[in-house]
Amino acid sequence: MPTATPDTLFRTLADPTRRAIFERLCREGEQTVVAITARAKISQPAVSKHLGVLKRAGLVRGRHEGRETHYSAQLRALAPLIDWTSRMTGFWQSRFDALEDLLKRMDQ
Amino acid sequence: MSPETRTVVVERELPHPPEKLWRALTQPHLIAEWLMQNDFAPAAGHRFTLKGEWGGVLDCEVLTVEPNRTLAYTWNHAHSDPAFALNSTVTFTLTPTATGTHLRMEQSGFNPTQKQAFGGATLGWRKFLDNLAALLARAGS
Repeated sequence: MPTATPDTLFRTLADPTRRAIFERLCREGEQTVVAITARAKISQPAVSKHLGVLKRAGLVRGRHEGRETHYSAQLRALAPLIDWTSRMTGFWQSRFDALEDLLKRMDQ
Repeated sequence: MSPETRTVVVERELPHPPEKLWRALTQPHLIAEWLMQNDFAPAAGHRFTLKGEWGGVLDCEVLTVEPNRTLAYTWNHAHSDPAFALNSTVTFTLTPTATGTHLRMEQSGFNPTQKQAFGGATLGWRKFLDNLAALLARAGS
């Protein structure tokens, strides 16, 4: 099981379509690509691509059964986002980016 | 369970002299540009608030002011549910370098259950993370 950094998790979940797929798996439990596609407004290859990204971030797991793969959400992967220290680190990194921009503007 | 102190450290090399960085850290209109809306004043004991875009308010009190070197203030977030509150101290340390300034930010504090904080909240993540926290609590992991 890969342990994704908060950065990776944020980037993975920043896409609204991908987030919607993940939230549905959280709410409704394990589903196949076909079932997910039936309710998403995108094609099956697009759904598969999103699932691939979620899988690489450790957010979903695929279980093969016959010719189908059943996907389920891995809530444990979210732990780094819930811990306040990880979240504050991300917060300060982004604020320091803004600080650097400001310091550049102060030169002018 | 007794609260556990946690510390966050974020450091950065900046190609600017400490005096200039100090202005960005202590002048309210400049603080507003990179951090949050505020009524800061560089005087120990001064109480002020930081207001986030998401509507959250931080209660702060200036602890240390050593011009161009050290700035520290409390960074507290009150909440009726103690699990959502945060009591912490933020300390900025400026060290001159050959090319500018080394900036170190250390935040230490308590959050009894580690369930909640508001980092990243300005990026619009708050609601989403709250939902995730609720999910995790239900999942018992």
